[in-house]
Amino acid sequence: MNRVLEKEYFSDAVVKLVVEAPRIASSRQAGHFVIVRVGQKGERIPLTIAEADIEKGTITLIVQKVGVSSIKLCNLEEGDYITDVVGPLGKPTHIEKVGTVLACGGGVGVAPLLPIVEAFKKAGNKVITVLAARTKELIILEEQMRMHSDEVVIMTDDGSYGKKGLVTHGMEEVIKSEKIDLSVTVGPAIMMKYCTLLTRKYDIPTVASLNTLMVDGTGMCGACRVTVGGKTKFVCVDGPEFDAFEVDFDEMLLRLNSYKPSETEAYETFLKKYQKA
Amino acid sequence: MNEGLLEFLKKEREQEWRVELRSGVKNKERTQLERIHMPEQAPDLRNKNFSEVNLGLSEEQAVLEATRCIDCPKPTCITGCPVGINIPKFIKKIESGQFLDAASVLKETNALPAVCGRVCPQEVQCEQVCFYAQKLDKPPVAIGNLERFAADYERNSGTISVPKIAGRNGIKVASIGSGPAGLAFAGDMAKMGYDVTVFEALHEIGGVLKYGIPEFRLPNQIVDVEIENLEKMGVKFVKNFIVGKTASIEDLQEEGFTAFLVGSGAGLPNFMHIPGENYIGIYSSNEYLTRINLMNAADPDFDTPVISGKSVAVIGGGNTAMDSVRTAKRLGAERAMIIYRRSIEEMPARIEEIKHAKEEGVEFLNLHNPVEYFADENGVVKSMRVQKMELGEPDASGRRRPVPIEGSEYLIEVDTVVVSVGVSPNPLIPQSMKDLDVSAWGTINVNKENMQTSIPHLFAGGDIVRGGATVILAMGDGRKAAAAMDRYIKGKVREILSLIKEFKTIGEILDFAR
Repeated sequence: MNRVLEKEYFSDAVVKLVVEAPRIASSRQAGHFVIVRVGQKGERIPLTIAEADIEKGTITLIVQKVGVSSIKLCNLEEGDYITDVVGPLGKPTHIEKVGTVLACGGGVGVAPLLPIVEAFKKAGNKVITVLAARTKELIILEEQMRMHSDEVVIMTDDGSYGKKGLVTHGMEEVIKSEKIDLSVTVGPAIMMKYCTLLTRKYDIPTVASLNTLMVDGTGMCGACRVTVGGKTKFVCVDGPEFDAFEVDFDEMLLRLNSYKPSETEAYETFLKKYQKA
Repeated sequence: MNEGLLEFLKKEREQEWRVELRSGVKNKERTQLERIHMPEQAPDLRNKNFSEVNLGLSEEQAVLEATRCIDCPKPTCITGCPVGINIPKFIKKIESGQFLDAASVLKETNALPAVCGRVCPQEVQCEQVCFYAQKLDKPPVAIGNLERFAADYERNSGTISVPKIAGRNGIKVASIGSGPAGLAFAGDMAKMGYDVTVFEALHEIGGVLKYGIPEFRLPNQIVDVEIENLEKMGVKFVKNFIVGKTASIEDLQEEGFTAFLVGSGAGLPNFMHIPGENYIGIYSSNEYLTRINLMNAADPDFDTPVISGKSVAVIGGGNTAMDSVRTAKRLGAERAMIIYRRSIEEMPARIEEIKHAKEEGVEFLNLHNPVEYFADENGVVKSMRVQKMELGEPDASGRRRPVPIEGSEYLIEVDTVVVSVGVSPNPLIPQSMKDLDVSAWGTINVNKENMQTSIPHLFAGGDIVRGGATVILAMGDGRKAAAAMDRYIKGKVREILSLIKEFKTIGEILDFAR
């Protein structure tokens, strides 16, 4: 049981939770994630750790309401407990001084990108960050990103904030004006796929942090399997970060929809119950 | 059997109550008795529910079955038990109607009798070397069923005995993993007076007993009672804690833990790496069973989903394959198939499991091997191409090697596939410890005599060492590791004491302690 100490709404659909987890706070590194479960009947879902405070013994999770489990998590208030939190899981990001890093985050993918940006900056790299979302209110962590980046480019689909256009438009502009040594992409699978197509065109080594379905998160079940370089890999123990050029994003996109029909049904049932209550 | 043990068993056997019991019924009469078949749910009933298949023996049945045991002077059955249960003693306690005493005898050496009575492969262990099977060519005494009876009787009586604990020594030891190896280890260490903590990665204690073995073979509630019993003995359980991730072994040493058992299990499922294996609806048996057993995915009240269709193919021939296919049947599969590349005789599953599966309507496609999967436009599996096999020359395992038959391939329509072709060791612990000696397969190398790894304060047992074995072998490892760890720690203590004796002043001792 881990207590929620702070809660903040970034938007109607995106919530920041600061959670008591002293062990995880002190052992986590950039790239790590946790698995959480809300309620005895809840599902185990993976979430990347956005920030940690060793002194206070807390980790920060950023959650977008997309289905039953994420809504249950977002509905917790300060003082409530998350039934289970386990981690840190996955391999940490491989951080080294490479020169200039182009970091691209979309939607809540910006949350896991933050510690990566922070670590690359600390390692002496120049970091240019592109943050993208559908609309202004979905741009998150801008201030923190500015603290750890040399330059931040904001892109919105509707042009309500920053420049109008997709994340790839923002990236391409940067690539044309600057020599990029490494690109890191975190966000929806479809976004990472297109980011990778772009960086491949310019032959820029690219790392993607994958957000597949998981159950145990310790390598036991294989729900998270993806094809990387023609081989089956487990995101939970072999990842979550992989050489993006080798990732079969199309297969990953299909697998992410494994439970679409039952999820939609569960979501609707949940909403009905929720609205009644 | 060694001399000392034989001597001990002989003394036990000469106790008045045993002698009296033996003289009460002639051996000839005993051997005339037929082995009692444990009642079970009817197949067409049980393949629609998750209640236990086996229903257990009644008191009368148990006493009668116990009477078959002739209380041999040299009880070979004990040599077949990985945890060395005093089998004749507990059986004779049952014959004399002292069922609670029988349970106490079991618990002297076995922390989980109700579990072992259900899932041990007795037919290749104690029962295989029973006098009846060896010398009379008759069905052996139903040792497993009797074990289950005694453990269940005690649990249902509400007076569960807690084993005697030696004086607490205040030494902290830990098990990494709460599966059968860890629980057996914890029980023995607690009995010897150690301060035991068991760390578990998942949100439930029990490891494979919870996420792997289905309710119809081993109800979770039975595992929970055995865990509560360990808690009463002072064992502490910590969930959601991954040693090597949440904290390192070094961190835990700093917190006062002296030695560790690694019982982290075989947590990495194998796939066959054939085309289409990552389509939707294709699971590892670990995932399929975990969703259903641990996450209750089949219950609509729970949030975790599972795809379990009308035509389910389970690839493999082991106990886990049987558990998966029988689960699929219970979730409404019209066709639940086992697809196995060798013949039925070569299946590694227990005979009882194969028999139960057949009775429940599972189809066996032996000498068949999947070659490729096909999916619809959404990536959901819809069919598989299989190839027929024939048996060739024996391979390294001594079993005849399956050889594909040219041109024998055909399609089977499926909507769910469960791949159950073995597991590899979980990499988390080996990854987190650089100096640990690990085999090419990723299992931890140990000294087989004492389960000690290349790091002296680290012992290991169960599937992380064996790479995929049984509950009882894991428990045997846990017990062996406990005994060895106790010797290791006591040796250390003696070493420190002898060092201290060398010092001339208390100041020197304090210096040393610093």
